Amino acid sequence: MATKSKTSGSASTLERRGLTDEQLVGILRTMLMHRRLEGRGFELNRQGKIPFASAGEGHEAVQAGAAMAFERGKDILVPYYRDLGLDIGIGLSPLEVLLSLFARVADHSGGRQFPHHYASKKLGLYSISSVLAAQLPHAVGAAYALKYRKETGRAVLATVGDGATSEGEWHESMNFAAIHKLPIVFLCENNEWAISTPLAKQMANPNIYERAEGYGMPGVQINGFDPIACYAAVKEAMDRARTGGGPTFIEAKCYRFLAHTTDDDDRTYRSREEVAERRKQDPVPTFERLLVEHGVLTAEGLEDLKRSVLAEANEATDRAESMPYPAPHDLYTNVYADSYQPWR
Amino acid sequence: MAKTDTKAKGLDRHGLTDEQLRQIFRNMLLQRQLDNRGFQLNRQGKVPFALGSEGHEALQAGAAMAFNRGKDILAPYYRDLGLALGIGLTPYEIMLSIFARVDDHNGGRQFPNHYSSKAAGLMSFSSILAAHIPHAVGAAYAQKYRGETGRAVLVTCGDGTTSEGEWHESMNFAAIHKLPLVMLVENNEWAISTPLSKQMANPEIWKRAEGYGMPGKRFNGFDPIETYANVKEALDRARTGGGPTLLEGMCYRFLAHSTDDNDMTYRTKEIVAEARKHDPVPNFQAVLVDSGVMSDADVDAMKKDVLRETNEATDKAEAVPYPQASDLYTNLYEGAWQPWQ
Amino acid sequence: MAVTAGSKVLNNVEAVRETLYEAMKSDDRTIILGEDVGARGNVFLITKDFINEFGPERVIDTPIAEASIVGIAVGMAMEGLRPIAEIQFADFIYPAFNQIVGEAAKTRYRSNGEYTCPLVIRTPYGGGVRGALSHSVSIEALFYHVPGLKIVAPAFPADVKGLLNAAIDDPDPVLFLEHKKTYRLIKGEVPEGHYTIPIGKANVIKEGRQLTVVSYGLYVHWALEAANQLENEGMSVEVIDLRSIRPMDRTTILNSVEKTRKLLIIHEDNKFGGIGAEISAMVAEEALFSLDAPIRRLAAPDVPAMGYAEPLEHEYMSSPAQMADAMRELVKF
Repeated sequence: MATKSKTSGSASTLERRGLTDEQLVGILRTMLMHRRLEGRGFELNRQGKIPFASAGEGHEAVQAGAAMAFERGKDILVPYYRDLGLDIGIGLSPLEVLLSLFARVADHSGGRQFPHHYASKKLGLYSISSVLAAQLPHAVGAAYALKYRKETGRAVLATVGDGATSEGEWHESMNFAAIHKLPIVFLCENNEWAISTPLAKQMANPNIYERAEGYGMPGVQINGFDPIACYAAVKEAMDRARTGGGPTFIEAKCYRFLAHTTDDDDRTYRSREEVAERRKQDPVPTFERLLVEHGVLTAEGLEDLKRSVLAEANEATDRAESMPYPAPHDLYTNVYADSYQPWR
Repeated sequence: MAKTDTKAKGLDRHGLTDEQLRQIFRNMLLQRQLDNRGFQLNRQGKVPFALGSEGHEALQAGAAMAFNRGKDILAPYYRDLGLALGIGLTPYEIMLSIFARVDDHNGGRQFPNHYSSKAAGLMSFSSILAAHIPHAVGAAYAQKYRGETGRAVLVTCGDGTTSEGEWHESMNFAAIHKLPLVMLVENNEWAISTPLSKQMANPEIWKRAEGYGMPGKRFNGFDPIETYANVKEALDRARTGGGPTLLEGMCYRFLAHSTDDNDMTYRTKEIVAEARKHDPVPNFQAVLVDSGVMSDADVDAMKKDVLRETNEATDKAEAVPYPQASDLYTNLYEGAWQPWQ
Repeated sequence: MAVTAGSKVLNNVEAVRETLYEAMKSDDRTIILGEDVGARGNVFLITKDFINEFGPERVIDTPIAEASIVGIAVGMAMEGLRPIAEIQFADFIYPAFNQIVGEAAKTRYRSNGEYTCPLVIRTPYGGGVRGALSHSVSIEALFYHVPGLKIVAPAFPADVKGLLNAAIDDPDPVLFLEHKKTYRLIKGEVPEGHYTIPIGKANVIKEGRQLTVVSYGLYVHWALEAANQLENEGMSVEVIDLRSIRPMDRTTILNSVEKTRKLLIIHEDNKFGGIGAEISAMVAEEALFSLDAPIRRLAAPDVPAMGYAEPLEHEYMSSPAQMADAMRELVKF
């Protein structure tokens, strides 16, 4: 059942997998915005404006591709904290992202959550904690609800990094989803690093997708630097899920170019050479070149796109920064539904 | 995999001597006798609880024969009477556990069948499923860390326990570190009332091994010799630096989960009767008699001896006192300790 | 027992069963999931035959995986179902600790109200049944520290029904604790039809003047027995059944203490860090100068659990006689 897909997006060929020019440019814009907003987070941190930021550089392609397979208004996304590209790809605005970074009152969580722990009920974007794999049972429960209500045409996309596949809840979730043939796609963004822990210390068999068979579901491994291949694999799996075909496990091989967060110094555990070597495959310039070379976008069009992304990011930054923090008394709301008298 | 009768295949000894074959059979008889004794005592109102491993006799007696006493470690679960006996626990120790007497290894604290014996290399465990598997992995890590080749950890669980997160976490860690560990799943097809089909979508548990990067194998757990051979091979690999193995022994739970369970609420007599046709105890008896390892008279004598030993153990354990109320307060921490009052 | 019109006599297990049945009947968003809840109908037969009537999609025999039993229920709740998750014995809840404390209790708070988690987690707890180290524990103190979670531990069948209905209707996660020794031991009148008892309201089950006794679960019954015995000796003891552990009904406790001027808290869970510790601290903060005697707690000794052997269980648990002694001592103080 486990399959490996071939790479579909090299500079020499463009296999569209049904994607229109507009969709291809949309994917690139998500990738550019992803990188821009994460860069912004690091800048704001260095400027002392925010205490913390993290980034998914290297995950742009898998996330933008997967997001293109997500049906807005129907599907549910249960992400993890390194999914900025997926979140904006399904409709989260740069302003909402900056509100999270700045922890402002207008943020979805009211400035409670760490940055990048987005939630938006309107978008079908589930609320998550920082505890790894803890969101997967929720995704399975949501998928169960879809199946129970016979809402075909809907599915859940649930993501994790490679490290979270070591958690018991990952196993329990895979098992339950397979037993009940639930409409869910587990997308593992394998970036080879769990903070400082390399894949070799995370698991003995680095091909995570090979576990799928043991659970009785299809497993697929894809090149996570190739947004079109990611789109195609996720689309195929989501379509199967939406039509009663049950769950799929997808492993997208990518790489974490930056340190884990602004609090992490990755020079303590991996060499600059390793990172530089992997940077050669950086999916963002690669995909830019691909679209330009195949005439989907002109060189000028690309520059315009980058300018518009920068302008939007700047505007979102300024707007979010100008908004107020939550008030001290906001600490006490939404503990329970009814007006709650805290024990004192 | 079909659970075939050993008889039909003739006798492939896998290096086992006549004496070892008789030991395996005696263990199987003793398991059944002690299991029944627990249920009888419960019906007589003498003990509040018992559970049985009928259907697991061959698997456990065979696996225990591959265990190196004084070297290996066993991390069992609560349906492992035959493994406990096979690695050296006495029927008397079993009865002390059933009666919760003061001389029981854990001083009458634990539920029956939750044996532990440091001398026997039998690790203490709770009733929480899969919670003992990380402990087994930790013990295997210690062996490897200290360079103790020639030792390994045999850890067991039922099919239901493979659904727990801790099962997964343990398998993964054991594989990463190539630990001297054998994970033996005793697949009896039932987790109390939950059949395999509600426990997992792919009923072949052994196939998960590849995903973890370790060998996996399924075998007929109704055949004690086949079990012995598979467990021995895996333990030998573990003892010599070859890393962990996932084994799946196919058996069946003939009885209800425990004296508190009525299995007729969730499965039919017919299903159980069908499985009983492959009952490993009479089957292995026939194998030994047919192949001349034992005569009918030998078998009868052994059965009498097993009954005698069970009766003696029962009487002796029953005569031992309960722990005292003051024993509630011991062994919480090392050294003298004053409970909060 | 004379039965009031519109009521019937049920034991606690029947009260749970009837309430779950009515919830399943009245709302098809209600899903029951847990180990052996389907074909077996739960190990205490609470959901016997539910699977036949409501089908396996609504009565889910889960794999043995407690973290995901709760976690999947959280996801179901976030997606609009009304799951009732069962942990077969409270002792098995530890693997689900993160999903209860880290996830369910924080869903509303962390999303600032956008996502909610209307979820009931039912579990049998408590001892006196020869359940040994892993089938006897009390878990309430491990969870009552957690804002965002509600904890209910009723003692009487009518409260079981009213509070379980309230828990099912509640928009937030509720840990519903059922004392397994009371399951068949305790019978009482239960009104027909749907009704709720507010979570967070204690019940004065016996009025008295000289001492306030606060308890919950099985010990409420034993405390009542002891208090009635003292009544015959001419002493007047007020008994409060806490019913809800979080939120806690400070008003009922304080009103009673200000009347009786003495407080005894009795629970089966360990004394150290137990529910009694919080009640003591609260009363000491709010009503110290109303007290005529030191606050007393009668609770389990500071050991991990009751052992299997009978003497170990007896030593761990408090008896009605010990309760009566503690009450007498305090009344006479």
